[in-house]
Amino acid sequence: MLCAREVSWTVGSKALVDRVTATFEPGRLSLIIGPNGAGKSSLIRLLSKQQRANAGTISYDSVNLDEINHRELAKIRAVLSQNIEIAFPLRVWEVVMMGRYPHFAGRPAATDEQACHEVMRFFDVEGMADRDYLTLSGGEKQRVHFARVLAQIWFPTPSKSRYLFLDEPLTFLDIYYQFEFMEKLQELLKRGDLIVVGVVHDLNLAARFGEQIVLLHRGRVLARGSKDEVLTRENIKAAFRLEPKLLRGDDDSIHLIFG
Amino acid sequence: MPSKSLGSPYAGILPVLAIAVLVIAVFSIRFGAVVISFGDMLSALRTGPSAPGMLNLTERIFLEIRLPRALACLFVGASLAMGGVLMQALFRNPIVEPGLVGTSSGAAFGASLYFVLGSVLKFHAGEWTLPIAACLGGALATACVFLVSETTQANRESTTALLLTGIAVNALFLSGVGFFSYIARDPQARSITFWNLGTLSGANWRAVIILAVVTTLGLGIGLRYARHLNSLMMGEEEALYLGVDVKRLKLTITALNVMLVAVATSITGIISFVGLIVPHLLRLMRGSDNRFLLIGGALMGALLLTLSDLAARLLLRPAELPIGIVTAAVGAPVFMALLRNRRYRF
Repeated sequence: MLCAREVSWTVGSKALVDRVTATFEPGRLSLIIGPNGAGKSSLIRLLSKQQRANAGTISYDSVNLDEINHRELAKIRAVLSQNIEIAFPLRVWEVVMMGRYPHFAGRPAATDEQACHEVMRFFDVEGMADRDYLTLSGGEKQRVHFARVLAQIWFPTPSKSRYLFLDEPLTFLDIYYQFEFMEKLQELLKRGDLIVVGVVHDLNLAARFGEQIVLLHRGRVLARGSKDEVLTRENIKAAFRLEPKLLRGDDDSIHLIFG
Repeated sequence: MPSKSLGSPYAGILPVLAIAVLVIAVFSIRFGAVVISFGDMLSALRTGPSAPGMLNLTERIFLEIRLPRALACLFVGASLAMGGVLMQALFRNPIVEPGLVGTSSGAAFGASLYFVLGSVLKFHAGEWTLPIAACLGGALATACVFLVSETTQANRESTTALLLTGIAVNALFLSGVGFFSYIARDPQARSITFWNLGTLSGANWRAVIILAVVTTLGLGIGLRYARHLNSLMMGEEEALYLGVDVKRLKLTITALNVMLVAVATSITGIISFVGLIVPHLLRLMRGSDNRFLLIGGALMGALLLTLSDLAARLLLRPAELPIGIVTAAVGAPVFMALLRNRRYRF
């Protein structure tokens, strides 16, 4: 369980994240939505300890995040950032293996190679394992980074949850791979000890896949809960300044249409 | 797919490089103004340490000039190339080299300051005085470049500010070197050509020991941080997510680079292009894993510098060219060719 209590991050006089309280449970896909500048990426940075909060507490399995050092944290927590640029030629598998760096010193152990193979198979990038990363398309690079990030927390850690943060993971993907990636996340979540918190822009994807949705606006939580609780006409209008039409499908799905 | 080993792209090349280094080093010891036979080499190695008075002229040339010079050449080449690997990894930029961030000119400044004012300053640390003075100079110039470029550039990722600052700081410290050369009394090793163009003619056993210690230490520490440098290829945030203490890493690697390059420079003067080109060639051949680049860089740097030294001694035999002329004359066109055929962005 990941808990954030009254968490704030203020730069100068501007509160990028303003007294956010939220809990994220294992096995459920949590998605953060909100307009540009709402503090989505900032919240991810706080939850993943890239940035220290000015106020409030964040705890991983009821251990205060301040008390976990970066080396230990790297074994149970992985983060997919936006726009990762590599300027040097590397094989795809070398990039994936970087995810295993927190787990070995010197040479990779057999379990590290096993993790790389399994995770590359899982994300369907094993065929390009020996290709030069720099020659890949944007979407292919993104899938390689999925594999790298998952390799980092591929095996469960006894008595600890694993944490996965995704900052706009779908940007470079076509619609097929967007759905495929979300379905793979659902598959991973079945393992039960994985906590996934992702930022997405597409509200319909959030409606389709989010088991918990957090709507941020100006650094604050405007609404949080199931899609029915969060994706209301009033909330969306307040946050995005556009009023959507909400269509309900027979299977309890929600579709948002703008314009 | 069968679970094949993931170590493949780097296999094979390191032994080849090691053998090439050995062959070229022997070749370089043998040839010069005087050709030394293998018999003389062996007899000098056998009798030299116990009875130095018994050696004939050729044996003495071998033991007192050629051998220390060849060894110094190997270590200097290795140090410069490793410095290039470290700086390029740290800045995530393949056109950075130790000379561009002020380390070499600062080291030359520190060393020439010591030559001219050493007796006045009463600063003494035995054999290590000169290397320490060079390290302090190199650290000072490198710190200048970092501080000025960090505080002026709006975009932190931009290396343009870094490189431009490097040019300015280099000019400043080289003018200092020029000043000390100008006021120096001793005309020989203190001449401005020595610092600007580099030469191994001053190599002796004392220098070899200092270089051996520093190069070995540099390689050992560098390898310990190689994987951290790998994760830095994705950026500082990603490295932190992989558990790397980025601030400490940057400081350690910068200090390591200063040590490697400054000590080499204090003994040979500024030798350019080795640190720039060697990592490029290795990356083009195989890839960018920093473990591979450090070991391969040490070998290839040693190889290229020994070849350059051989050329410097043979081209105008019996006179000798400064080695920096050779490295720059070969390095500059090679670098331009690499720029044109680049497989990766700058």
